[in-house]
Amino acid sequence: MTAPFYVPPEQLIKDRAEFAKKGIQRGRPIAVVEYDEGILLIGENPSRSLHKIGEIYDRVAFAGVGRFNEFETLRVAGIRYADVKGYTYARADVTGKGLANAYSQAVGQIFTHEVKPYEVEVLVAELGNDENHLYHVRFDGTLRDQHGFAMLGGDEDRLFEPLTAGWRSGMSLEDAIALTTSAIRDTADESTPGADWEAAVLDRTLGRRKFRRLETAEIEAAG
Amino acid sequence: MTGGLPMSPNAEGIVPTASFAALLEQHDLTPSWEVASGSLDAPEATTILALRWADGIVMAGDRRATAGNVIAHRRVKKVYPADDRSAVAISGTAGMAIELTTLFQTELEHYEKIEGMRLSLDGKANFLARMVRGNLALAFQGLIVVPLFCGYDEQEQKGKLYSYDVVGGRYEEQDYATTGSGGNEARAFLKAEWREDMGEADAIRVALEALIAASEEDAATGGPDPKRGIYPNVVTVTDQGYREVADDELEPIAAAALERRP
Repeated sequence: MTAPFYVPPEQLIKDRAEFAKKGIQRGRPIAVVEYDEGILLIGENPSRSLHKIGEIYDRVAFAGVGRFNEFETLRVAGIRYADVKGYTYARADVTGKGLANAYSQAVGQIFTHEVKPYEVEVLVAELGNDENHLYHVRFDGTLRDQHGFAMLGGDEDRLFEPLTAGWRSGMSLEDAIALTTSAIRDTADESTPGADWEAAVLDRTLGRRKFRRLETAEIEAAG
Repeated sequence: MTGGLPMSPNAEGIVPTASFAALLEQHDLTPSWEVASGSLDAPEATTILALRWADGIVMAGDRRATAGNVIAHRRVKKVYPADDRSAVAISGTAGMAIELTTLFQTELEHYEKIEGMRLSLDGKANFLARMVRGNLALAFQGLIVVPLFCGYDEQEQKGKLYSYDVVGGRYEEQDYATTGSGGNEARAFLKAEWREDMGEADAIRVALEALIAASEEDAATGGPDPKRGIYPNVVTVTDQGYREVADDELEPIAAAALERRP
């Protein structure tokens, strides 16, 4: 009978984190920035129908990077969570915080308990009446609440600098698109044409459902 | 299940994502009414109608709910948006019908968000039929829900309307449909007044007059009440989407219609 090898927990966590990080960095990043009338979510996506950005509920949107099937599972689970909660109580009771916590629990659980951790990072954006929230959930379940802007996936560090330098509170949507598209482009070595952008906004001026996808023309006009 | 998140089922077999209704069932949240025996006077929503015009559909309902021979509510809303391109109107046991509407709205939005596109108009109509069918056992206890459904079909580029019966039978109607206690009276009026290719203003007027005609013969149907500022719910559905006709807009039309009544 062979005894299993002892692996210290530090080593186990480190290995899993490295594995997940490697998977996530292979993809293109997504930037999420607040502007005067809402929140912009934008990234490069060669597919027009396999979205990385999606609507969760009236004021809540989702963005995911990494393995498509894994963040798609989280997106669908998020919609189910939000719709059940909103139906059981009231629409106003569905918050980004509740969902981000649920994601954090689920992803954290998978990171330590499953054979393979999820190679994903997701962001829950919530449009508030006066304060917005950007909840960033990492592959190990770590949850952060970010202000102003956030980026996930790809080479995050290379995005951080241009966004920190360029982001202003109360900037217009056009400026926000111009800032994020050029910042994302700069992290890429092989530049791709404009048709490959995927972008959506949570727009305060809209009715009950604040989520709206941006047309390619709108992105090109601003970028 | 992890952290209260309903994760999607693993590859047990490739089947469509569970509907919202199925999700509620899983979590034991499906609205249910259990009736032992005997009868009760739950408030009932009465007359509703829908008619086709040149660019789409007009749907309307009076505002009265009755319990036995008592007026239970004067300002009940019977016409609701199902989504951006369709509307649903309810008659029958009000409490159940309103819950059914909320469930139907949530289902359509749930599907749209998950799939990234709206259900086809036929798909929506079929789903509503299934929901009505689910109430059949209660219908035998006198708790009946009968809706009307209409919408703009984006594939065929025209407005369509559907009526239902108590067992969930779904019938696509050509020109107009009515149901509820004053439905016969309203249908007789529409039969005389409905014209092919009416404009929006005419369609709204005819819908309003049909409800007034019903209210004159049926005690459970409420007509316009200018003194209290109560007007029927009237909505239009076209390729531009769902629109509620405001009370300010209905007021002069109702006043003129009441004036003309014999």
